Amino acid sequence: MSKQYEFKASILPYLLVLPQMVIVFVFFFWPAGQAVLQSFYLQDPFGGKMIFVGFQNYSKLLADPDYWQSFSVSTAFAVCITLGAMAISLFLAIQANKKIRFASFYKTMLIWPYAVSTLVAGVIWLFMFNPNVGVIAYVLKHTFHVDWQYLLNFNQAFLLLTLAATWKQLAYNFVFFLAGLQSVPATLIEAAEIDGAKSGTRFWKIIFPLLSPTTFYLLVMNLVYGFFETFPIVHSITQGAPGKSTAILVYKVWRDGVINLDLGSSAAQSVILMLLVIMLTVFQFRFIERRVTY
Amino acid sequence: MTEQQKIDRTAHRAKAIRRMFPHIMLWIGIVIILFPIYFIFSASSHTSAEIQAAPMPLNIGPHLIENYRQALFKGTQNMGTPVLTMLKNSLIMALGISVGKIVISLMAAFAIVFFKFPLRNFCFWSIFITLMLPVEVRIMPTYKVVADLGLLNTYAGLILPMIVSATAVFLFRQFFMSIPREIAEASQIDGATPMQFFRYILAPMTRTPIAAMFVIQFIYGWNQYLWPLLITTKPEFYTLLIGINRMMSGADVQIEWQIAMATTLLAMLPPVIVVVLMQKQFIAGMTETEK
Repeated sequence: MSKQYEFKASILPYLLVLPQMVIVFVFFFWPAGQAVLQSFYLQDPFGGKMIFVGFQNYSKLLADPDYWQSFSVSTAFAVCITLGAMAISLFLAIQANKKIRFASFYKTMLIWPYAVSTLVAGVIWLFMFNPNVGVIAYVLKHTFHVDWQYLLNFNQAFLLLTLAATWKQLAYNFVFFLAGLQSVPATLIEAAEIDGAKSGTRFWKIIFPLLSPTTFYLLVMNLVYGFFETFPIVHSITQGAPGKSTAILVYKVWRDGVINLDLGSSAAQSVILMLLVIMLTVFQFRFIERRVTY
Repeated sequence: MTEQQKIDRTAHRAKAIRRMFPHIMLWIGIVIILFPIYFIFSASSHTSAEIQAAPMPLNIGPHLIENYRQALFKGTQNMGTPVLTMLKNSLIMALGISVGKIVISLMAAFAIVFFKFPLRNFCFWSIFITLMLPVEVRIMPTYKVVADLGLLNTYAGLILPMIVSATAVFLFRQFFMSIPREIAEASQIDGATPMQFFRYILAPMTRTPIAAMFVIQFIYGWNQYLWPLLITTKPEFYTLLIGINRMMSGADVQIEWQIAMATTLLAMLPPVIVVVLMQKQFIAGMTETEK
């Protein structure tokens, strides 16, 4: 490789990265460090004295059945969203990728919901399924005689949260699957067709393997979404009800910190969540072989 | 009818079904997406009493204009901030975040690609690591930093903690690396300073990636929820999403659903318009940051 031309200046590059670095340190590294530090202390909520307690915040957390309940609900939630949203989006992307009329109309109609925020998704589904005013709730109660009270019934609450979160994620997955499908060379498919491969075979033996980088990327992104970005849905629909059963990890961190002012425990939970994100990110870069090299 | 004709006919029908299949499936998908949105649109055209008397009528009622006027200029009983104020706040936040991210990421990527300086790797990795620290996992300490800086209930407080973007830095870095270095060298020989090169040559060349980033980051900024929920306690700083949450709190009978739903629809509009108008740039931006 020939030597790349580079500007010679001693101060300018530092001035250029300065704004980014200041914000990284003030709003990312400093708070993250504080979270780690705070997780080893007990602090009274009114900013009083801090007492070093070692790993006590962690051991208390790990011995708390509520925390494990939150952990397993979050996992189940993230897995259900991931599987549901990916399967539906892949199916729709395959249909939209066929040579059919109105294809670009269909694509636009399925892509725009990307702009709908997670909170709005929560509010829309809450409105449809509200036991007092919701239209779907009404149908469930009066036509199907379901005792629809999602604030009292865990299964119903979980189902409603999953539906709202999955609905919101469809467009995101659709964009990526469509782009992935479009990069599968048409000649490959034609060759297989000439060789007599049926459409099922063509999909599973050719398209799906070629799509695996997209699928893998989406798998990680959907899990991240399910774990970390669904706070607005829980906050608007169930607020953790019934009881604390749908308080997913990010909701619990927020409630323990902001509402219950249990700073030590909230910090310990933050640190555990950070480890979780780091694991997911490392996992992604490891397996996708799309390493960031410099 | 001969046997052959029968076979032809069945084959013909099978072919027609196969041809219609993707259309039917895509329409089902579209209905699944649009149906919920039609509900809230319908709700925003009725009175509170009609909605509370479940089931609400599913047509478009006569109170559409009245409801939107109340939402835009007055707000609800339990949330007196009008949508216009919150629209302004959401817009300032979304533009502040998207433009801020683009500007500081362009500068950082320019430094990292075109200059050689001792802390280059350190800067790059520091920015990279922020990918692993989403707001959701550092809520309380970030809140404390912002409070200590006196930035609660300010636009700076809403915007600044959100404008670091590893994604934008990566995208611009990647784009810059694809530009032939001879251009930079030539600009030097012609006597341009590095900043002139940046301003007059590099930035115009980067128009497409900038547009792509703008769409994605505008939507990201507009849809922020947890952070504004933490740091805006004064109604004049509420963003639309926070306003919706406040409208929906309280007992079911007190909620003015028609206004809350009108507000929800209005909150959806700006980002949807951006995506539809800039669909090409949007898709390019989405898929290119992942390479």
